[in-house]
Amino acid sequence: MALVNVTINGVQVQAENGALLIEVAKQNGIEIPAFCYYEGMSLQAACRMCLVEVEKAPKLMTGCTLPVAEGMVVRTESEPVVKARKTTLEFLLSNHPLDCPVCDKGGECELQDMTFKYGVGESRFTEIKQHVPEKQWSPVVFYDAPRCILCYRCVRVCDEGMGVGALGVSYRGVNAEIIPSNGDHLECDECGSCIDICPVGSLTSGTYRYKTRPWEMEHVGTICTHCSNGCKTTLGVRNNEIIRGNNRDKSGINGEFLCVKGRYAFDFTQHPERLQTPLIRNAAGELEEASWSRALKLVAEKFKALAGPDFGVIGSTRTTNEENYLLQKFARTALGTSSIDHHRTGDVVTLVDSLSGKTGQLAIAEDLYTTKAVLVVASDLSQQQPLLANKIRANFRHHKSAVYTVTPGPVREDKIARKAIRIPEVDSLAGVEQLRESLSKEAELVILFGDAIQGDKVRQLVAFGESLGIPVKYIALVDYANSRGALDMGVLPDLGPGYHATAPGRSLQQMLDDPDLSALWVVGANPLKGGKSLASPGAFVVVQDLFLTETAQRADVVLPAASAYEKNGTVTNVCGQVQRLKKGIETVGSKTDLAIIGLLARGMGVNLGKVDADAIFAEIAAKVPGYNQLPMPVILTGGAVQTHPVNGGVPPSSVPGIIASARDTLFTTGSLTRYSKILNEVLEKPGALYS
Amino acid sequence: MKLFNEPSPLETKIISFRFGLENSASIDTYLAHDGYKALRKALEITPDDIVNEVKTSNLRGRGGAGFPTGLKWSFVPRVSEKPKYIVVNADESEPGTCKDRLLIQNDPHQLIEGCLIGALAVGAKKGWIYIRGEYNYLIHIMDKAIAEAYKNGYLGKNICGTDFEFDLYTHTGAGAYECGEESALLESLEGKRGVPRIRPPFPAISGAFQSPTLLNNVETFSSVPAILRMGGQAYADLGVPRSGGTRLVCMSGHVNKPGVYEVPLGFPMMKFVNEIGGGVWNGRALKAIIPGGSSSPLLKAEECDIPMDYDAIAKAGSMLGSGGLMVMDETTDMVKVALRIMRFYQHESCGWCIPCREGTTWLKKMLQRVADGHGQTRDIDLIGDLAQNMMGRTFCPLGDAAAMPTIAIVKKYRNEFEEYVARNPFASPELVSIA
Repeated sequence: MALVNVTINGVQVQAENGALLIEVAKQNGIEIPAFCYYEGMSLQAACRMCLVEVEKAPKLMTGCTLPVAEGMVVRTESEPVVKARKTTLEFLLSNHPLDCPVCDKGGECELQDMTFKYGVGESRFTEIKQHVPEKQWSPVVFYDAPRCILCYRCVRVCDEGMGVGALGVSYRGVNAEIIPSNGDHLECDECGSCIDICPVGSLTSGTYRYKTRPWEMEHVGTICTHCSNGCKTTLGVRNNEIIRGNNRDKSGINGEFLCVKGRYAFDFTQHPERLQTPLIRNAAGELEEASWSRALKLVAEKFKALAGPDFGVIGSTRTTNEENYLLQKFARTALGTSSIDHHRTGDVVTLVDSLSGKTGQLAIAEDLYTTKAVLVVASDLSQQQPLLANKIRANFRHHKSAVYTVTPGPVREDKIARKAIRIPEVDSLAGVEQLRESLSKEAELVILFGDAIQGDKVRQLVAFGESLGIPVKYIALVDYANSRGALDMGVLPDLGPGYHATAPGRSLQQMLDDPDLSALWVVGANPLKGGKSLASPGAFVVVQDLFLTETAQRADVVLPAASAYEKNGTVTNVCGQVQRLKKGIETVGSKTDLAIIGLLARGMGVNLGKVDADAIFAEIAAKVPGYNQLPMPVILTGGAVQTHPVNGGVPPSSVPGIIASARDTLFTTGSLTRYSKILNEVLEKPGALYS
Repeated sequence: MKLFNEPSPLETKIISFRFGLENSASIDTYLAHDGYKALRKALEITPDDIVNEVKTSNLRGRGGAGFPTGLKWSFVPRVSEKPKYIVVNADESEPGTCKDRLLIQNDPHQLIEGCLIGALAVGAKKGWIYIRGEYNYLIHIMDKAIAEAYKNGYLGKNICGTDFEFDLYTHTGAGAYECGEESALLESLEGKRGVPRIRPPFPAISGAFQSPTLLNNVETFSSVPAILRMGGQAYADLGVPRSGGTRLVCMSGHVNKPGVYEVPLGFPMMKFVNEIGGGVWNGRALKAIIPGGSSSPLLKAEECDIPMDYDAIAKAGSMLGSGGLMVMDETTDMVKVALRIMRFYQHESCGWCIPCREGTTWLKKMLQRVADGHGQTRDIDLIGDLAQNMMGRTFCPLGDAAAMPTIAIVKKYRNEFEEYVARNPFASPELVSIA
């Protein structure tokens, strides 16, 4: 695009012709203050804070809607501009309650900052202020109309950003206020984006309100522990308690996006049923509290006695790469078993094998924002992969990208889809075939597919993609925060770290079904959920978990584990992007799975080397193909790096049907969310929250 | 049909000459009095010829802004991938203005013919007449006229036996002054909240349903058939240079003969009040005139000896606006006038932008307080200052419309505000700053 010369405050700068003045100024270090302008959202020009003086213009112009042109001369700090800002703020504050001392936003409020920087510092308003009572729209969203400055950011983020459109504007003039489209309550994703984006304290969070002041918290940037998308969430921690989750610094692969789970579902860490002491089954057959030393001693002795090929190990889709790596290493060496598996939710293995010999065909989250076309096969993205869905929506909004869906039922992506095929999951590939002509006309494509596409179907889908004659990238969708990491780390019965073939062992279901299983060690998983049982009556069962899950209730020893918010390490998201967890809090009585494995090894007299997240990650980086040559500075500073799984040499492994997504919704992801009070409250509210 | 007011011999009846005829709204009456002749003429010439004829006529928008109509018509792109539309702004809501209702009530076919000519000029096939909600009874008159036009082959396909086709619909507003602003009207027409749009793009490029749209006031469209019939130059010659033709002026307030009268542009204002309007009532003296609807700054009696055309009134510091001329006699309380005007704008502010939403509310509260006898000396300056702070800073002209008359009244009748404050026993003379 052509460059034009623009003079801002006497300084000549170059800018793209037609770029918005407010952005050009920002790029050149000049602030044009604004409330309603928000990068990436539609323009409003409603707040009038960004008025600037433009030579030859008869009156002040809004910098947020003004495209720059050759020779434009702009003044952002001239006397009329400064006066206009002062008066706009004066108008804004005339009906504002000025209850900053009790407002959640105090300290990080844009209106407060602007008033300090540009305001007059004195009120001429002596009339009675407009007041309406505060409203609660949902368990997590409260609205205080008097504080609202009507910048319409919330309306736009809900409609444009989330594709939900749960908010609108009602009444007019000074009575105008934001209202839910349903009148008095929200029926939405409950993502809380509206709360985050609110520049004032008008929209407040049900979990955070009146609990703390922003400056009293520590802000810990870590990765959300729920779904597989790997959103960065910044935990607000005070007194060893997580009070808030958001991502206002827009870091990480998700920017400021977070769904309901990322923003609110950290409260399971404080659930009263959280295990804080080990449990050992006593002679009466009941689990009773025991000390860590007694429990570890018992488990180490039993493990030593029972080690062998009949020992079963189940790893986790939520523990770190380091923990899963150490677990499989411990199992395969010290315990002498190949029976190690985890709850597999997507067929990454076959995808990697199908792409043998090819490079650069595994998409990352950012690709969904930049690609020209996307094909979603057999997945309700907005429910199960909210960040990926958000990227696709943003791509459509900003770049008019093409979206195609092949799903069994209606999905939100249909609204923006160029073509939406409705077909039962088993026939997904036939649905994809119907799109051949349209897809081959696209410049490039990213294909995302759910668990219905597994085994040979993955190969057929890849063959289809490769036959289109355009560059195609793929994402095999998985469910949980480290589902992908568990696969990469070789928590599989026949594949070791980096998808290297090893001696075969029992799969998860085979372990449960085997009457001869001598022991079952479950680390952060709940395989007995949903009424399943263990066929081996005498198996010694050890469970490491946060809660007394169905599996833990069957255990002989339960060891209380730390959650992802309580440990350091790395996780790998659905797109194979490695990111770093940062410890936010500590729960008394629990230990990280890494520490537990290390202590058990010590108890058994096994030398696993230095058991510490950094040391293990160094070992992973050295030994696991795909994880070598990762730029450590990027990961250590909170960035995301895509791994490059090996191409080729991966034998077909999966037994059909063994891969099954839990088909979670936006409000559920297995046992953790069952213990999230806030998610349950949101779910309990009558009415369809998402349709 | 009973007329709104007795016509005056001093009027120049160009677009109101059918008013008062028996069944003037019917197509038969219309056809018997030059009806649809201009359309037949328009069908014989090219669209460019139509636009040029309108340009020659010096017709300026009758809604209030006074933008040259021919120029506006020429902005609609000749070639467009999207369909082009005609929209008639019949959301007549400016206080003091009541001319569009008479045009629709007495001569709906003239409006239809104007729309048809507009459609020919820009190549539109569909149009809407957006009628304010309070004009419910007019919708029935308009719908009846549209049905007659369809029946007689003036709407629909093959109009007048040619391949020209045009469909016209009525659409009702819901009672918002803001929807008289053209972009808010389009939002409302599309079924959305009636708030203005960011411009550019202007409706001529992207209007109704993001398509090129020719949007004019009822009176503007109604003037078009006459222009084509008599020729653009003859029409222009009725008025003054840069403001051609005649317009309907709605005289209200303290006059002996209030009503809607058609006079050429440039007609002397005092002659209009004294001779057509029969002078100020009850033998009182004139105090002030609001020349063009409540948003135009009022003129003191001594400023009123001017011709009524866009430029002359602008030079006097006001606007011809929508033609709502309000006369005030010497007994008028200017503080109450300011309050009444501000109450209207506060009530009608859509709330979209901050200066208008908060400014009108603050001003109304202050004016109310002053009028209630609780004003302070500092309030007078503050009222003027706040109104000044709204000027030119709002999203749409509603903020200016509220600010302009306030500024003028405070400036021209400051003494009356001071009298109110002097009657407040608790008035404090000085502003005590806390800063």
